[in-house]
Amino acid sequence: MNPLSVVVRTICDVFAWFMGIFGVYIIIHGHLTPGGGFQGGAVVATMIAFLLVSHGGKKLLAFARPGFYSALETTGLLLFICAGFFGITTTLFYNFLAGQGGLFGSAVPIGPNSGIINSAGTISLMNMAVGLEVIGGLSLIIIYMFKGIRLFENAEGSGETGHDR
Amino acid sequence: MKKRALFMLAILVVAGTFWGALDRIHLFGDPVRAPMDDYYLNNAQQERSVNNVVTAIVFDYRGFDTLGEAAVLFTAVCSVLALFRKGREGQ
Repeated sequence: MNPLSVVVRTICDVFAWFMGIFGVYIIIHGHLTPGGGFQGGAVVATMIAFLLVSHGGKKLLAFARPGFYSALETTGLLLFICAGFFGITTTLFYNFLAGQGGLFGSAVPIGPNSGIINSAGTISLMNMAVGLEVIGGLSLIIIYMFKGIRLFENAEGSGETGHDR
Repeated sequence: MKKRALFMLAILVVAGTFWGALDRIHLFGDPVRAPMDDYYLNNAQQERSVNNVVTAIVFDYRGFDTLGEAAVLFTAVCSVLALFRKGREGQ
């Protein structure tokens, strides 16, 4: 895709930061507010699509390396499975960190309360792991599908020039 | 003509079944059997120290489901990579 005009690029530069921060906020507050790893990861991955549309593929592929996102996705999935398997002494996916003190271990008062971010045990850990996985996975899908469009555009005898100007 | 009659009969059967099911449905927010829901609502904060009961169900009580969801996403990414990978000529 060709880069869009300078007005669009400036606005997208500003709002991409807000989108990234909002996605990370949804992931980190997954155990307190609606949302979680899947939703927040989708928001952060939307930022990649946003930058791809505004800045064009050449500039995006210069800094968005597929290897980085692949590592992100694998790390997230492995962290999720490990957090599930560490509670195997009781059952699979047992929340062994909740209420123990320490990392994510604060007890929560019963009833309505204002929310403690250092609570919920493995739930917040799994939210972050799933968030990493969804960020990596959806960004990889966007990047590779964009590369796939380029692949067929340069083929012999193909009049397809994509849907950009 | 016969085909159309058969079609109308099929529509009637489906609509009747659907109407019957809707007639017997419980009111919104008033489930027929609620012990499981009550258990989650009463004990999620104490057992798992989490305010968001939906997250407690998704990531803790039913964590195995979420593992499947993550695996579905992983499989989707793998298939997209296999489809759009740049191969050599004739491969």
